[in-house]
Amino acid sequence: MTPTESFAPFLQRLAAADLICEQQAARGLAPAQLVAVQAEDWGRLGNEASVWGCRWVACWGEDVADAIRISACFEHAGAYLVARTAVPRATPALPSHTPSYPGADRPERHLRDMLGVVFTDHPDARRWTRHQAWKDSEYPLRRDFPAAGRPPAQTPADHQYNFLPAHGSGVYEIPVGPVHAGVIEPGHFRFQAVGETVLNLEERLGYVHKGIEKIAEGRDAGGLARLAGRVSGDSTVAHAWAACMAMEKAARVEVPQRALWLRALMCERERVANHVGDIGAMLNDIAFAFGFIQFARLREQWQRVSREAFGHRFMMDCIVPGGVGVDLDERFISAMRDEADALRKQIGKLMAIVNDLPSVADRVRGAGVLKPEYAKALGCVGYVGRASGMNFDVRRDAPYPPYDRLKVAVPLHHYGDVNARARTRLEEIAASFDLIEALLAGLPAGPIRAGWGAPAPGAEGLGLVEGWRGEIMTFVRFGEDGRIARFFPRDPSWTTWPALELLIHDNIVPDFPVCNKSVNGSYSGHDL
Amino acid sequence: MLRIFGKIQRIGIITEPVPRLDEPALSEIGEQLAAHIGELFGGSLAIREVDAGSCNGCELEIHALDNPYYGIERFGVHFVASPRHADMLLVTGPVSRHMEAALRRTYDATPEPRLVIAVGECGANGGEFGTSYASCGAVSNVIPVDAVIRGCPPTPLDLMRGILEAIGRKT
Repeated sequence: MTPTESFAPFLQRLAAADLICEQQAARGLAPAQLVAVQAEDWGRLGNEASVWGCRWVACWGEDVADAIRISACFEHAGAYLVARTAVPRATPALPSHTPSYPGADRPERHLRDMLGVVFTDHPDARRWTRHQAWKDSEYPLRRDFPAAGRPPAQTPADHQYNFLPAHGSGVYEIPVGPVHAGVIEPGHFRFQAVGETVLNLEERLGYVHKGIEKIAEGRDAGGLARLAGRVSGDSTVAHAWAACMAMEKAARVEVPQRALWLRALMCERERVANHVGDIGAMLNDIAFAFGFIQFARLREQWQRVSREAFGHRFMMDCIVPGGVGVDLDERFISAMRDEADALRKQIGKLMAIVNDLPSVADRVRGAGVLKPEYAKALGCVGYVGRASGMNFDVRRDAPYPPYDRLKVAVPLHHYGDVNARARTRLEEIAASFDLIEALLAGLPAGPIRAGWGAPAPGAEGLGLVEGWRGEIMTFVRFGEDGRIARFFPRDPSWTTWPALELLIHDNIVPDFPVCNKSVNGSYSGHDL
Repeated sequence: MLRIFGKIQRIGIITEPVPRLDEPALSEIGEQLAAHIGELFGGSLAIREVDAGSCNGCELEIHALDNPYYGIERFGVHFVASPRHADMLLVTGPVSRHMEAALRRTYDATPEPRLVIAVGECGANGGEFGTSYASCGAVSNVIPVDAVIRGCPPTPLDLMRGILEAIGRKT
């Protein structure tokens, strides 16, 4: 079934509901289909999409002269739909998708803070990304807002955010962060607890907002790839790939096969490195130091081979517009196969020890349960979604080359606890080993980079990549002279940060670290 | 339990000797380190790491310092949870404007003599992010910095060398 056919019944449904919906050509957005709707129908569109069973993926805006153009992306059975509307720049008001999709809450508040779009029936009037670095009457993504901004000499602390209050005898609050106790990214967690039990957790993020969307503007393609590789340093391969894919679709650049296979090889290596490190970190959070040290050892060995083969321990800046910047030496084909084989055996032996310990099972089973209905409501992707019944993986369900020619095993669990997320990640490591083997065996010969030609002004592209955290959706629009006019990367963490607030309910405070690590949202990828 | 002991015995000690790289040779710095830490910090150097806006790349490599290959604790260096327990701040950047106040407060909470090392290209000079409405750029734009460890991200060896050098310079 082609993506267009998949959304055809939905579009008929919209027509039957008198919701005017105009299909538009947008080659760069493929495999997504583009439809334009009236601004006043925006909320109804969200409601219809929700009823029809679409997953809400992302929303973003663009300042175009006298209007703000707003796009939202939906997914259904592996097909993507981008809906688009526009509101006057002077009165940018629009119905919200949040009443139909709880996962749209923070993305819409981000859009409001960054572009000044007012979502009229949004249930939460509080700001999200904005703290105190710019005024509430200023919108950094508006064209007339200079990238340098007009910041105060010293930016004050953001101490007037209204957290949900809790009352009652024995209720107390634990404020944590933004500077956390470990070597961790900054953010604020406000716990309300009774005794040891968490009544409520509220997150406050935005501390590492670096203006990524704004400083992308005016960059050339190579410069955007470098910036995308730093949206979230642990996902440098996946984000750089998604950005390059979007740019290549916009510029209609055909990437050589060998480059695509090498990108996938790097992306699977990144997945293994992060999953292996995090399994160890989860064991550390339940005070099982042996497991932590052993998995840290394996991660280090893996990263060293990445450096030998690609010149960088994280393979940063190895993906470039049109292909890859570094070729794989022939000797690594057998070396990496042996390496994957050895790591598979090592993990098997370690997990035999870990699985044998009742004290490990006691801490991870039943801890931090994300119910499948919550995962669905929030549109959770990646291992967080797949441990709670969300059966989706871009590599299998909307396959992009080279995954269209490979078999991708996608683990699925339903219980949604820390144990399920850890199992999902262990099974994903095994699936990645199979993919690495297939990628090494089938690695095509040929060039690794196509020539780059700047696309026409206004050309747009959509990148969809399954990073180790899950689906990354990246939108790029070019302006004059091959310069970037708009860059919006949607890290999967947008879907899993709200899940953490829900899955911690009724757990004890000391279980928060392992619950948090089992989700491992990116602060930087979220704050942008 | 026997299997755990068996595994530990089979793997053995994988911690690497401090390699000789460029000059000044790391092994010499490593030998000097214990002496410097002894003089300055009573035998142990406590580091508070502050992510002031990083992409998390630097943090992953700082984490690696604790893995058994680098084992930075053998030099008397350890990471602490509070700036009040810290001799040194290891700050990654760029400093986002939203982290500016938190970084200043962390610095103020660190007792003297305090060393500050700016880590990574972004901590050193703003890196890919530079200075903008959202970013203060280099760490030195916000608090006094004693030393810089460059790299995107710096490798664990770069980090070890930088920390050892910074301590050496202080004596």
